[in-house]
Amino acid sequence: MIRLTHVTKTYARSGTALSDVTLRVGKGEFVFLTGPSGAGKSTILKLSYLEEMPTSGEVKVSGVSSATASRNDVAKLRRKLGIVFQDFRLLENRTAEQNVSFALEVIGTPKANIPNKVARALTQVGLASKANALPRELSGGEQQRVAIARALVNDPFLLIADEPTGNLDERATRGIFQLLREINAAGTAVVMATHNLELVRSSDFRTVELDHGKIVFDSAAEGAAS
Amino acid sequence: MSAWRDVGRDLRRAPVLNMLTVTTIAFSLFAFGLFGLVAVNIRAALLKVEERVEIRAFATEGTDVAPIAAAARQVQGYPEVMSATVVTEQQALARARQELGEFSDVFEEGFLPASIDVRLKEGHRDPASVKAVATRMHGFDFVDDVRFGEEWITQLYRLRNIAFVAGVALGLSFAGVAVIIIGATIRMAIMARAREISIMRLVGATDGYIKRPFLLEGMLKGLLGGMLAIAMTYFAMKSIEHYLHFETVFFERRFVILGVLAGALLGVVGSSLSVGRHLRQAI
Repeated sequence: MIRLTHVTKTYARSGTALSDVTLRVGKGEFVFLTGPSGAGKSTILKLSYLEEMPTSGEVKVSGVSSATASRNDVAKLRRKLGIVFQDFRLLENRTAEQNVSFALEVIGTPKANIPNKVARALTQVGLASKANALPRELSGGEQQRVAIARALVNDPFLLIADEPTGNLDERATRGIFQLLREINAAGTAVVMATHNLELVRSSDFRTVELDHGKIVFDSAAEGAAS
Repeated sequence: MSAWRDVGRDLRRAPVLNMLTVTTIAFSLFAFGLFGLVAVNIRAALLKVEERVEIRAFATEGTDVAPIAAAARQVQGYPEVMSATVVTEQQALARARQELGEFSDVFEEGFLPASIDVRLKEGHRDPASVKAVATRMHGFDFVDDVRFGEEWITQLYRLRNIAFVAGVALGLSFAGVAVIIIGATIRMAIMARAREISIMRLVGATDGYIKRPFLLEGMLKGLLGGMLAIAMTYFAMKSIEHYLHFETVFFERRFVILGVLAGALLGVVGSSLSVGRHLRQAI
């Protein structure tokens, strides 16, 4: 589903972010990406939704290859992905409901289908009662739930989460993690970058650790070896 | 529909800025329009001068009228020729006496030769065409001399070419300025919606979908700017006529429509460059 093959990513200003990384993520998997700041976690995520292209090597996501993908291919791929960030990236002047429906409107979903899908997504993240609230009227955890609802509304096969709990307190963090587990249990693969080692240790999901742009540990490989 | 809704929201969001944008576009197109007006009037004046381009083939003294008339009929058949008129010795004398009244007693019978006076159709009054017809007329046996004011025609055309090249160069410059202004104002609108655009891209909106409202906005501003510029140019022309007592020519209706459409096109081009650049900065 996600395949990075000998991927190197170099930036003109900051140098090498990833160096000869090979990684596969299968259907329905839950993978933690861990490591210190600047290790290359976010770069792997950006490569996964083709926001960045590799300097060398190949990234293939659901059959779309970085070597051949057009801008339209990238747009169509993203309709099948859900992406959430530490800073939520919500539109401040739109309600929770409008933020979620926005993701459907801009890809041309028929109007008649939108309200049901939005209601379902908000219910799934436990925010049906706050559909009409503006982001500033919601707590951090609730805002992240809206962002997750927006990511889920298109029934993605993969949810990419870049430090989704980075701005949240412990209670909200646990809530969001529980939500991501439920989403994964329903069949959606989740790749989550995090600094929160407690969260990582609290589950037995696959963990890939990065340092200086290289994979230094992969629990899947360790498991296979043992 | 949603693209128009976005345009409406953008216009409502900053009405003063948008009015300023339209006014700026209008002024840059107005400068273009004023120059166009000058070019149109120079062209009209040159056309009037061009109408006076004439070839005269003088017959040898004592030539009968019959072969001259036959030759004139033949010349009339040339595709470039509008009219070929035979002027007899008597008619030439009468004309000279009329045109140069105070010297009328100087002219004697047989003093001026008969001629064929040729006027050319519009589009065939350039030096090369005039010279080609003159050379062919030289081929008639009875023709002694052919005159067409070669130097004068060459000068006239040089002037016309300079006016044309200057017009195109200045026109393109003003069009470039309009594109830059429109692009810059659309860039402000893009910046105001940068977050929205980044989210659109993340959830899979195509470039075409993202661009559409900006292109519509650019087109609308260009269209309004173009209409305002045409109105300003018209009032400028009327003022010149009124205060400077010039007789001026305004653009033909098709050029007015073309001018407004050009404003819209400049709007689309400016927006497209601006939003295209913004989208290219990210994959």
